[in-house]
Amino acid sequence: MNFTPSDWAAIRLTLELATLATALLILFGTPVAWWLAHTKSRLKPLVTSLVAMPLVLPPSVIGFYLLVFMGPNGPLGHLTQSLGLGTLPFTFTGLLVASCIYSTPFVVQPLHNAFEAIDDRMYEAAATLRAGPIDRFFSVAVPLAKPGFLTAAVLGFAHTVGEFGVVLMIGGNIPDKTRVVSVQIYDYVEALEYGEAHRLAAVMLIFAFVVLFLLYTFNPTRKKAA
Amino acid sequence: MKNRASRILVALLSIYSVVASADETQVAVAANFAAPVQKIAAEFEKQTGHKAIVATGATGKFYAQIVNGAPFDILLAADDETPAKLEKEGQSAVGKRFTYAIGKLVLWSAKAAVVDDKAEVLKRGGFDHLSIANPKVAPYGAAAVETMKALGVYDALQPKIVMGENIAQAHQFIATGNAPLGFVALSQVLKDGKIEGSYWIVPEKLYSPIRQDAVLLNKGKDNKAAAAFLDFLKTNKAAKDIILSYGYSL
Amino acid sequence: MIEADFTLSLPGFELEARLELPIHGVTALFGPSGSGKSTLLRCLAGLSRPQRGRLVVNGEVWQDEGCFLPPHKRPVGMVFQDAALFPHLNVRQNLDYGAGRAKRGGKTKNVPKADDLIDLLGIGHLLDRRTGMLSGGEKQRVAIARALFSSPELLLLDEPLAALDGARKGELLLYLDQLHRQLDIPVVYVSHAPEEVARLADHIVQLKEGRVQNFGPVMGIFPYLQQPQTHEEGVFTLLAGTIELHDSNDHLTQVSVGEHRLWVRYIDRPVGSPMRLRLLARDVSLSLDPGARESSILNTLRAEVAGVEETAPGRALVRLALRDGPELLSRITTRSARNLKLEIGQTIYAQIKGVAPLE
Repeated sequence: MNFTPSDWAAIRLTLELATLATALLILFGTPVAWWLAHTKSRLKPLVTSLVAMPLVLPPSVIGFYLLVFMGPNGPLGHLTQSLGLGTLPFTFTGLLVASCIYSTPFVVQPLHNAFEAIDDRMYEAAATLRAGPIDRFFSVAVPLAKPGFLTAAVLGFAHTVGEFGVVLMIGGNIPDKTRVVSVQIYDYVEALEYGEAHRLAAVMLIFAFVVLFLLYTFNPTRKKAA
Repeated sequence: MKNRASRILVALLSIYSVVASADETQVAVAANFAAPVQKIAAEFEKQTGHKAIVATGATGKFYAQIVNGAPFDILLAADDETPAKLEKEGQSAVGKRFTYAIGKLVLWSAKAAVVDDKAEVLKRGGFDHLSIANPKVAPYGAAAVETMKALGVYDALQPKIVMGENIAQAHQFIATGNAPLGFVALSQVLKDGKIEGSYWIVPEKLYSPIRQDAVLLNKGKDNKAAAAFLDFLKTNKAAKDIILSYGYSL
Repeated sequence: MIEADFTLSLPGFELEARLELPIHGVTALFGPSGSGKSTLLRCLAGLSRPQRGRLVVNGEVWQDEGCFLPPHKRPVGMVFQDAALFPHLNVRQNLDYGAGRAKRGGKTKNVPKADDLIDLLGIGHLLDRRTGMLSGGEKQRVAIARALFSSPELLLLDEPLAALDGARKGELLLYLDQLHRQLDIPVVYVSHAPEEVARLADHIVQLKEGRVQNFGPVMGIFPYLQQPQTHEEGVFTLLAGTIELHDSNDHLTQVSVGEHRLWVRYIDRPVGSPMRLRLLARDVSLSLDPGARESSILNTLRAEVAGVEETAPGRALVRLALRDGPELLSRITTRSARNLKLEIGQTIYAQIKGVAPLE
């Protein structure tokens, strides 16, 4: 594959973005998923709905609102400006925030399901074996939810790589900063440079297939917890 | 009796002919021409009884769709290259191409007193983002780059440039305040002869004219409404007035 | 001494239990399902938090007004009905889970000798297996070992036999029986099966609809637990005895219960071993004459009539007091009772047709 330097830049940027977004989503999505799996709060349907929103909203809606909210007149924009961070659109950080929002359900839902599938008795048994709450989480919940973590990470990563609409709306197509592979492909198509588009698009196609193939091969659907 | 029957037949035939003459045509329109084309289509329907169904978007995307069999009868492009290319590739009727509008570029900010009438702001800097349409795919983007180069500010401004995929998105970045200023089509910001915010209409000598060509596509060759629409666009006074009112020249 | 006093309200169920458990031996929480046995056990473990409760174990307050020791801070070992082994760990790792944490917490008071315990429960050959590969009985043995490895001061068993079939049940009962004799920590055992209780328990707490109905040593009170009206045929008396001698010619073993001697079928245990005997009330006949020499019955005991109760039309349950020993029950017809002219304090001879040793 003879990619141009700008292709390579887009690929590197995409991988960076997806890796960071996945790491952040696992970090912050895990407590949310845990809470969802165990709460009896009346807020649960509210939070579940919020988490699932990106699944049903068109990326253009998310992109548009992010543009408005993160803009200099938006609430998030006010916050970031008052913190001396400037505004987020057209920055890598902005893209990261957007990716996290956009990929949230792909990380939180597998984790939520994985935590929910663990029999409460496992935690009770651990508790009677002197394991405190945090100990129980790391020594029982995390290992038992391992397939869920794997699914969450793979889907979060792959979905971020595949994201286009939101990035297009708030990215501003800046090389090395916000021009990810999907945007690069779109540019090629728009500019009628179909050969270049094919090269990158084929890579994405293969990537998507390989990722999903590996996921379904090595992480078959979870058996019901005994 | 005979007389009455023939009268009914005539009536039926005349209804049929009205139905037959009221055709529809599918028109693909460049994003910058979205607003004027709505008004023109309304006027067109009022005057001819035909209906023009309008889809707006990026010219490059329309090209890809047309080549792959999209059901458009007409393309109102944002440039003259795409229609020429379509004609060369046999995707459109030969010799039916004409310039329906010449676009004008404007440096615009949604806020007052950002853009001055000499465009000093471009030299002064002091802003973080400058929004333009992607020059690779959008004629207005290319014109914006040409303008900055002519002014000798392109290299200095390049790191600040954010690109919309089309001129509509470039406008959106500015309208939402995310980019304090940028180059857009005059037609996008001119409303009822006024422009909100601050602006500088770029002198035409700074960029090559943005000729926007219309072309009759193969799908529309036998469509009466399509022919009528192109004719309307080319010759009708009302249509021309609408185009001018949006800041295009002819 | 374990003092517990719990009040717990759940939708459709209320537990109001107050009891004192001895610090030695096995206490059975006995009752039909829904009687609150498991809930009471969970309150002891700290897994359920009663609205109002007080729990003092050996002078240490585990729970009281404004104080609630969470389960991981209570030195209890718990064995769940379904074993609840960790599927992501193998047997050895399961055992080490609690052991390591107890050690780090400085709780080593009751550390059992690991190898002895593994031998005792017969799980030595399973240590490297995944838990998913174990049979039901093996799982329970591992679960018991795992609980004991965490050096508990109190062992709680929640119907550990319920999920097992007949043969496995018997096998695990053997292990539990062994364990019972070797452990010196109190064990609370939830069960709804009279056989298990008869076999293992030293004390019994009978629960009904969330309340304690009876509490006491299993020998003395067990006869009355079974609600004769409903379990007419199964009423029995439990006697605690010791193997006295074997008669290999006739293939019999003699068991002493206090000063009394009973012949039972041969039992392959050394002389001096404790042995529980179950005497079904319907297998105990009464006679006014001690000298039924010409009879096939091997065991005849002299007793006093302690009470007669008509439990069903035409049927009577007679309580007999043995000298120095526990009470005995006899099921006879009311006509026989009339013919014998039974009176409280009257001397009578109980002819025992069958004695079942519980091994």
